[in-house]
Amino acid sequence: MKKIEVIQNVLEANETIASRNQQLLDKHKVSAINIMSAPGAGKTSLILQTLTRLKGRLNMAVIEGDVASTVDAEKVQSKAKAVVQINTGNMPESCSLMAVMIESALRDMPLDNIDLILIENVGNLICPSEFTLGEHKRVVISSLPEGDDKPIKYPLIFIDADAVIINKMDLLPHVDFDIAAFRRSITGLNPKVEVFELSCKTSEGMEKWCSWVLEQVKTNAVKR
Amino acid sequence: MHELGVTENIVNITLAKAGEAQANKVIQINLVVGEMSGFVPDCIQFYFDSLSKDTIAQGAVLQFESVPTQLRCRSCSTIFHPPDTLWACPECGGQSVEIFKGRELYIESVEVE
Repeated sequence: MKKIEVIQNVLEANETIASRNQQLLDKHKVSAINIMSAPGAGKTSLILQTLTRLKGRLNMAVIEGDVASTVDAEKVQSKAKAVVQINTGNMPESCSLMAVMIESALRDMPLDNIDLILIENVGNLICPSEFTLGEHKRVVISSLPEGDDKPIKYPLIFIDADAVIINKMDLLPHVDFDIAAFRRSITGLNPKVEVFELSCKTSEGMEKWCSWVLEQVKTNAVKR
Repeated sequence: MHELGVTENIVNITLAKAGEAQANKVIQINLVVGEMSGFVPDCIQFYFDSLSKDTIAQGAVLQFESVPTQLRCRSCSTIFHPPDTLWACPECGGQSVEIFKGRELYIESVEVE
């Protein structure tokens, strides 16, 4: 019997494709933001609001990841330059977008006419944390009804986030959500993270978030 | 939840390495899985049995070495295993910590003949 030393990361295949995706995006001067959250936290609402507010300033496209349906793609259709719906229910894995899915979605996008791609991941706080897609920034949304303990229960997704959004701030008077405790948990895990408090329903806080998005696209363009 | 793709990678890497070594049979695959990585060994084993069928890796034993979570305190650099989900440093009580170990998922070695 012979022992062959391997020491090879099993997720390397995904990471290789992800870095290829990023090279392609960089070549066409496109920024990509991967938006992750539990189901119902407000990923689609945030994308809709962002599209509406930044229309005319950025050319934006959306990649929608869902287990099934085109409901979300239909919602954003009229506001985005291009929309690609990925249904992960037809794929070997349905719990998260993976780099290979983004690779094929990018083939259907007019990349030269796009500044920013908003990627809506599958609603899940576990699996998307394991798979990079080639995005430039990772954003996690937590909404008030979910409770303030999510960073403690699902630390990985918060550790790798560039920004965390606390959504549904309009519900604050009605729920027991300790904003200070939530912020403490996140910054403990991830001191550099940006935190935004907003409500996609009332638009409170959207301006600050949109400025951050613009800033990321600008910084990214300078780097290339 | 996403062990199928991961197991496909395990099978592909193993067959490539065994091929390079001109092996006739894969006896054992030694995997290192971090406690935090979210991968379930039983699930990987289940997919492996089906994906390795009719290859030289069929019947190989998957040996999982689990790596306990280790955190490092950003204030005093103490490395510790968190006893619960509250990640506070046992030395200084600091709650700003980074993961030192526990996220890995790699093939350490493959035993062939």
